Amino acid sequence: MKFGVIVFPGSNCDHDCYHVIRHVMGMPVEFVWHKETHLSGFDCLILPGGFSYGDYLRTGAIARFSPVMRAVEDFAEAGGPVLGICNGFQILLEAGLLPGAMLRNRSLSFICQDVYLCLENPHIPFTLLGHSSQVLRMPIAHGEGNYYADPQTLAELEANGQVVFRYCTAEGEKTDGANPNGSLHHIAGICNREGNVLGIMPHPERCCEGILGNEDGKLIFESILLTR
Amino acid sequence: MARAKVYVTLKAGILDPQGKAVKGGLEALGFSEVEDVRVGKYIELRVADGSEENLKARIDEMCQRLLANPVIEDFLSEIVQEASSEEDSDPSKFRRKLDLDHKINRK
Amino acid sequence: MQEPPITPELVARHGLTEEEYDRILKALGREPTFTELGIFSASWNEHCSYKSSKPVLKLFPTSGEDILIEAGEENAGVVDIGDGLVVCFKVESHNHPSAVEPFQGAATGVGGILRDIFTMGARPIALLDSLRFGPLTEPRNRYLLHGVVSGISFYGNCMGVPTVGGEVYFDEAYQGNPLVNVLCVGIARRKEIVRARASGTGNPVYYVGSATGRDGLGGASFASRELTEESERDRPAVQVGDPFTEKLLLEACLELFKTGHVVAIQDMGAAGLTCSTAEMAARGGCGIEIDVEKVPRREPGMIPYEVLLSESQERMLLVIQRGREEAVETILRRWDLHAVAIGRVTDDGLVRVKDCGRVVAEIPARALVDEAPVYVREEREPPYLRETRNLDLRCLEEPQDYQGILIRLLSSPTLASKQWVFRQYDHMVRTNTVVLPGSDAGVVRIKGTDKALALTIDGNGRYSYLDPYEGGKIAVAEAARNLVCSGARPLAITNCLNFGNPEKPEIFWQFRRCVEGMAEACRRFNTPVTGGNVSFYNEGPEGAVYPTPVVGMVGLIEELGRMAPITAWFKNEGDLIILLGETQEALGGSEYLKEIHGRVAGLPPQLDLEREASLQQACLEAIRAGIIHSAHDCSEGGLAIALAECCICGPGHGRGAHIDLFAPEIRTDALLFGESPSRIVLSLEAQHLPQLKGIAEGRGIPLSLLGQVGGDHFSLEMSASGLYIHLPISELKGIWSGAIERCLRI
Repeated sequence: MKFGVIVFPGSNCDHDCYHVIRHVMGMPVEFVWHKETHLSGFDCLILPGGFSYGDYLRTGAIARFSPVMRAVEDFAEAGGPVLGICNGFQILLEAGLLPGAMLRNRSLSFICQDVYLCLENPHIPFTLLGHSSQVLRMPIAHGEGNYYADPQTLAELEANGQVVFRYCTAEGEKTDGANPNGSLHHIAGICNREGNVLGIMPHPERCCEGILGNEDGKLIFESILLTR
Repeated sequence: MARAKVYVTLKAGILDPQGKAVKGGLEALGFSEVEDVRVGKYIELRVADGSEENLKARIDEMCQRLLANPVIEDFLSEIVQEASSEEDSDPSKFRRKLDLDHKINRK
Repeated sequence: MQEPPITPELVARHGLTEEEYDRILKALGREPTFTELGIFSASWNEHCSYKSSKPVLKLFPTSGEDILIEAGEENAGVVDIGDGLVVCFKVESHNHPSAVEPFQGAATGVGGILRDIFTMGARPIALLDSLRFGPLTEPRNRYLLHGVVSGISFYGNCMGVPTVGGEVYFDEAYQGNPLVNVLCVGIARRKEIVRARASGTGNPVYYVGSATGRDGLGGASFASRELTEESERDRPAVQVGDPFTEKLLLEACLELFKTGHVVAIQDMGAAGLTCSTAEMAARGGCGIEIDVEKVPRREPGMIPYEVLLSESQERMLLVIQRGREEAVETILRRWDLHAVAIGRVTDDGLVRVKDCGRVVAEIPARALVDEAPVYVREEREPPYLRETRNLDLRCLEEPQDYQGILIRLLSSPTLASKQWVFRQYDHMVRTNTVVLPGSDAGVVRIKGTDKALALTIDGNGRYSYLDPYEGGKIAVAEAARNLVCSGARPLAITNCLNFGNPEKPEIFWQFRRCVEGMAEACRRFNTPVTGGNVSFYNEGPEGAVYPTPVVGMVGLIEELGRMAPITAWFKNEGDLIILLGETQEALGGSEYLKEIHGRVAGLPPQLDLEREASLQQACLEAIRAGIIHSAHDCSEGGLAIALAECCICGPGHGRGAHIDLFAPEIRTDALLFGESPSRIVLSLEAQHLPQLKGIAEGRGIPLSLLGQVGGDHFSLEMSASGLYIHLPISELKGIWSGAIERCLRI
């Protein structure tokens, strides 16, 4: 199964994603420059974290017009799995591949720390190996991860099971105190209706090795591998 | 040469933590009369001449497609026609002129 | 614009003395032009020329078996770590810009040091910061803390370089003049190191990066002046950082270096285009000619003087192989970077600047760099030392409520958890951070090898204030101890020396004594100095800051696979708690004396370098034997604080401990809060105690059993004096970890 990691100017988790796929999962992977217009031979695309275009104007607002995004849309439309992590999630929102938008964290500051996530939907390609209400520990590192959508969109997300991850306590309780950024409905990750496009604020690629003290992120990458 | 002034603000009803912080700061300084603060963005554009109507439509399109995110933000734009070109490339002069425009408008 | 005539007033306004002006006349053999005067002023100011510090800095040991490039030869020294890899690292200050505009000041400080490292051909892998502010009870200091931390966060996070450690102190001595020192560590392949010396007559000189504006005009001169009320109004002199452009520069440069087309590269740092041109030419023993009208500009109407002295950020000067222009431009274009050929290398040793065909400056490169004036400053022992030295402990009443004092100390901002700060920095990006901020050292693995680097940054200004020589020694020793506690072998240091006005004899005396102490310790620990930075004129309205030597140290962990790095916090119920080293009655300069008794007095703890070295060897040997579960340096706040930190500084809820102290010959407050150096708190399984005893005895290091890890309370008893501290771990952790946030909420 071959992965493509899209590189936008200012991406900075591109190497981390590449490392996990190549050296931890042992799968073929290539960087894809944002000016590419054709994507062929990939089975899964990753939009990595970072500060594409310096987060200027709005996070993801300029990257979403990169030439490669047209091809990403086509890939997603054809049912290919697309994973947007952190800034990658923000780009997917701006591009309209996922609904809603990101606001600044309610604390107004960047937050880098481990959080707990409750797996709400273990039936999409990225979470098949998990079980409902499973609690995972993953790091976040963002200044704008405060998810917002209008009430109708939120209702649709909930009704369709599109909320994949919610912030929770170590014990799995979804409380305001466990929500690091003020996200509505404690949302940490959502997918599209079809389930093949996932956006998450936490960084699974940062917790896939024992030496880093946490391997919870592997669940996502190992699940994708199952789909082939 | 024309100038467009674009104001982007968070939609009413969306929590604006930055505005809240600024309001808190103003209160701490004794400006207790402030009831609400919303922080937004102000964007200046210099554009080639065109008909005012066409220009307005183009600016609105820019706002909808890039400058603002319609999910969370509202925008407002206005266009100022400029005669002289000698100060075109000096943003500080332009800003001063805008301030002047504001004052004139208010009168 | 008509250039002003050169008058004595104009010379003085450029911060040049009469003697310095005579030197200029001699170097040129004629009167300088206005542009040339500006160039000399920028190159010869303290910040660029090190004219006061140079003779003293020679005291530092700079060579060693692992040192590939010595301090001063290039932008940063280079250390060999085997496997074909080298480490380069350096610390820089951005104190004055941060005092005036904390956000941009700190942000551009991060940007500058990152450029110093990646222009060597190294990929930056970690940042650490050493910060000093006045007390948080002042609104201005809260504003500065907020601004500096968000500035570092803004720049470092965007660059994708993790901030893996650092330190923050709060003291009245930094009122009005905060310190912002940033350390950057980079890794390169040994054969890909890039030099900053121009060569090859006719090779083109390229300008790459952001356009030049009027920002930071005279910034380096600004950093060489004491801070006054007027500095507040100097805001235009502060540059604005653009981390996005810098990220593009970073990636483009590293890609360019792999092609071998780059002969030399230099960041346009302090004093901008002028300094970088002169330094590249002087190092290479050649000349450089540039056409100033080709320099990309952000503002209209700039004269050559302004273009040459501007300190706009994110700009590089490159010398490339003739004939490779197209290949180089293609790579830069791919990264959306603006690149313009602005000149070429010559063989006449001159820095020549043309504007529309007219020569506006023509100066021998060596005159600007190597022949800059050097001063042997007058020095005198400061009179305050006579008073501070005489601290009579008998006049100091021993407190009754030790539990209350422990709580007060743990919640003082200097000793409290810095989580509020670190949380705003991305410390995990690049997925190499094996030990996150909060332990004694940050540890970063090196992918593709079995190695890791342990990194720390340390310096106690109060010690150096009370005895600069001892303070300098302690700063180096403590940095080494921090690395050893993580299981690393110290390799080398970089430093940032923050002092007041060197023209004052008392300040210069502090400076020299401090460097002497550091140099002695560096020689003993075999950790040469790879470079660094001197920041003088750190004086606020209230006077000079504490003489503050900040030491950045890098250590190597060789077999990461066999042995994970050691962290500071207690791990397992039932482990024994051991103190390696000896506790003396050392209250001078302690945090306890300052916080509880309001006194900054006494002599700082006296450090015996031989004993310290033996202690570190013993600790490292025990860690390598695989018997140690945690190791924590015992420093500010003393033994009681170190033990409390071992219980609460780890992730999760923390661990309780029961401790029984026995030392009838020492006053209780000195036992608990005295800061004797050369002590480490360890924890290990009981069955390994005999082995540890053997190791300690072999090195002649005393060892005492303090207690046991367990329960959910921090219990500290002294049967002899009836002292009993008993606090729930959750309460202790809450007090310690929330203290800074509580101070900011005032």
